[in-house]
Amino acid sequence: MAVLSPLCGTRASAAAAPLNYLTSFGRKADATLPLTWGVTAISLAVIAIITLLLCAAIWRRPGFSLTAPGERREVILESGGLNWLWIGVGLSSLVLLLSVVWTVAVLADISRPAVKPAVVIEVTGKQWWWQVRYLSDDPSQIFATANEIHIPTGQPILFKLIGGDVIHSFWVPTLAGKTDTIPGQTNETWLEARVPGVYRGQCTEYCGLEHAHMSLVVIAQPPAEFAAWQAHQLQSPAMPSGQALVGMTDFGMRCAGCHMVRGTEAAGTLGPDLSHLMQRTTLGAGTLSNDPQHLAQWVSDPQGAKPGNLMQKPELSETELAAVDAYLRTLR
Amino acid sequence: MTATDYERAPSVTVEDPSSALAEKLHGMWETKPGFIGWLSSVDHKEIGIRYIITAFAFLIIGGVEALIFRVQLSWSNLHVLTPEQYDQLFSTHGMTMIFLYAGPVLSGFSNYLWPLLLGARDMALPRLNALSYWIYLCAGIFLYAAFAAGFGPNDGWFNYVPYAARAYDNGPNIDFYSLGMILLGISTTVGSINFIVTFLRMRAPGMSIDRVPILVWGTLTASAANIFAIPAVSLALFLLWMDRNVGTHFFDVPAGGQPLLWQHLFWMFGHPWVYAIVLPAMGMVSDGLPVFCRRPLVGYTAVALATIATMVLGFGVWVHHMFATGLPNVSLSFFSAASIIIAVPSAVGVFAWLATIWHGRPVFTTAFMFFASFIVLFTIGGVSGYMTGSLPVDWQLTDTYFVVAHLHYVLIGINVFPVVGAVYFWFPKFTGRLLDERLGRWNFWTMFIGFNLGFFPMHISGLLGMPRRVYTYADGMGWDWLNLITTLGSFVFAVGVLLFIANVVISYRRGQVSGNNPWDAPTLEWATTSPPPPYNFVVIPTVGSRHPLWEDRLGGKTEQQSYPHAGLVLDHGREAVGTDPLDATPDIILKMPSDSLAPLALAIAATFVFVGLVAHWWWLAALAAVATGATIIAWLWPEDALGETAEAHNG
Repeated sequence: MAVLSPLCGTRASAAAAPLNYLTSFGRKADATLPLTWGVTAISLAVIAIITLLLCAAIWRRPGFSLTAPGERREVILESGGLNWLWIGVGLSSLVLLLSVVWTVAVLADISRPAVKPAVVIEVTGKQWWWQVRYLSDDPSQIFATANEIHIPTGQPILFKLIGGDVIHSFWVPTLAGKTDTIPGQTNETWLEARVPGVYRGQCTEYCGLEHAHMSLVVIAQPPAEFAAWQAHQLQSPAMPSGQALVGMTDFGMRCAGCHMVRGTEAAGTLGPDLSHLMQRTTLGAGTLSNDPQHLAQWVSDPQGAKPGNLMQKPELSETELAAVDAYLRTLR
Repeated sequence: MTATDYERAPSVTVEDPSSALAEKLHGMWETKPGFIGWLSSVDHKEIGIRYIITAFAFLIIGGVEALIFRVQLSWSNLHVLTPEQYDQLFSTHGMTMIFLYAGPVLSGFSNYLWPLLLGARDMALPRLNALSYWIYLCAGIFLYAAFAAGFGPNDGWFNYVPYAARAYDNGPNIDFYSLGMILLGISTTVGSINFIVTFLRMRAPGMSIDRVPILVWGTLTASAANIFAIPAVSLALFLLWMDRNVGTHFFDVPAGGQPLLWQHLFWMFGHPWVYAIVLPAMGMVSDGLPVFCRRPLVGYTAVALATIATMVLGFGVWVHHMFATGLPNVSLSFFSAASIIIAVPSAVGVFAWLATIWHGRPVFTTAFMFFASFIVLFTIGGVSGYMTGSLPVDWQLTDTYFVVAHLHYVLIGINVFPVVGAVYFWFPKFTGRLLDERLGRWNFWTMFIGFNLGFFPMHISGLLGMPRRVYTYADGMGWDWLNLITTLGSFVFAVGVLLFIANVVISYRRGQVSGNNPWDAPTLEWATTSPPPPYNFVVIPTVGSRHPLWEDRLGGKTEQQSYPHAGLVLDHGREAVGTDPLDATPDIILKMPSDSLAPLALAIAATFVFVGLVAHWWWLAALAAVATGATIIAWLWPEDALGETAEAHNG
């Protein structure tokens, strides 16, 4: 039963299976969950009823025994079978119609949020990570991060979804269902977290070699905490010193073609923005936990943990690697 | 021969299998001995068996692929396969099972059975029939040659763009896949045309459309659907091939192309195709199950109409594969409703089968067990489909293992289980021997337990959020044990399939001799010998009811009498009788073609066109195209024996 315990729909079960969509912590998932359970219950009931009817039909009377091939047997002429069709199909149709009505009602409920979202986040699916930009009418308030999306609790958040290369699908199951990110069009979805927490998400449209390693997290914070985080993101990281300063120069030569660090000359856009890298909990879109050892491992051999990803092994000596590591660890 | 030869009134006689007439027919219809004779056979029974054996070979290959990647997935963070190996394996597995096994195996059964069920001498277009098999074989070899060379498909069986575009998938993998699938589409198209024409013109005198077995309705419906559905996917594949090789921009986003165009074209084909590969299998149950309940199917008309209704609705639900693509909710809600309501005709089938068992008395054969258990598997696959039809729920379910569970319950539950049951049922007709019942029990229970053990837990890994098509997953997601159980179950299931193959091999040599009608079944295929002679029936039977061989026991329930062993004598060369589409009133004598190498030659020539295209050897493509044209001309060259020349008419 331990295997099935995550199905219970509690906070503990959410921890045991973070992508379990039978738990919900947000408006949209809350509204969908009863329907999910409803159609699941109907389905299980149908399976049970049909199985019972089948068993009853089979064992209602003793079967014919196997005899020599070709032996003639009686043919049964019992009538009344059509009643099964009238009753069975009639009842099924009723349940199906009610399911349609319920479906459309839930759909209407979750189609758009009750109030206009104040926070608008642009998420671009890329092979194999998520670029996240916080949009604003004021260009100075726009900033970027990757794979970890902070949101304030208790208010709807609007997501603009963009396909950066191939099709991906944006999914944070305990908060909302999926929406694809498709090149050439901007899809929109919204979600809302009821309570603070870390909600895991995952790309769910097959997108190539590292589709398996393309997760994300949504970190829901009380509004004040979120505001503080947001303000911090808009700042540049502190100027490093010592070995880290040397590393900053190496970073500028070897890494800045793809990565950006706010307030420095590193302005690449092919890879994730690293301005506040050390605030993120994972590396490689959920592939490794973000600790000094994994960071050093990732930078020296990015193909090791996530073979096929688009970051090439940097041409850096041991000392240079150590310096770049030291620099990256200052990006808070 | 003169024109009046087609309108002559043939004599009527009572069949005598040892007569001079039978011997004469044998000489006319038999496939010539030797390799060349084998290659040129147009006998629907030969072709049907080849289809079934080839399809099962692909089933085994596709199954082995699945076992390999199930090992990779049996626990988190395993490294049995590289990502690229995993991607090619899961894509090739899908392609194999859906296109090279599930469709063709049903074509095989229908090819073998249709003329026998309909009381006919052959399919309407025997050479086209041979062509459809040869192209299927060539397409299978073409696709697998790529896989063997390391260029198997790697974008899943539905092959979404832009990942399938040259910019992201640079190797020849997708070129092989696109072209191989177009080639296979030709096979399915000509096969479908053949079934439709056969249904309209080849039914025995008196077999009006309300007297044909449900399998015939299933295959007819699937064939009609294929005619409409396959052009969509062949077009999409051709556009993709041009994008990749000629520089067009149909799906090229920077140049204004549309990724969703691919999805629409693919699923306009894809969803009807799903029904095309289950409706004939459901038909086999509708015909086989009642034999083992010792009564006619309950609700024949309702089941036949439900078959057609499923397919008609099946053309209106393709967008449920695209619920998460950002289409407007209002339009999505229509497709959601249709996807739920399509369960109504399925319910007709389920309650008809249940009622048939309830109001009958079962004979516990292995075939019965496969057919009866299918009802439960069909229900499970059906209700999980109903769940994914509900739009807000699908936004959670889609692209998780829940969908993987659903589609395997559909394809294994509604295709493999009925097919294996059908082999137990019709094997004596194919070979004259029965499959072993004892081994059959082991076979059934191993497959049934293994299947449910392996695939039911996928529903739960899906509900716990496991995405499909990942080559590995992190620990701590709650999926490890479920995946281990799934892997174990899939191996048990594989053992069950092996037992089945073993039973076929052993029983083919040593099985109990069955006689003509071992199950005391009611339909025409059991009226002839087992295995049937090359000409099927010595005299063309006359049909007066749905159950020609049960009429003596159905009391007053039969409207007219059938004459399965007495009827028209047609012995002026290979001949069949053409009947009118509704009432099957005979109206002409048809001259049937002799064996020919032209279908094989055409298939090979056409395949080389595709080889030339994939390799960019344009000279080869051009040369092969000329050869294709020449073969078609040779094929269509008028023949005296078919009455196609002026001499034949005037002489």
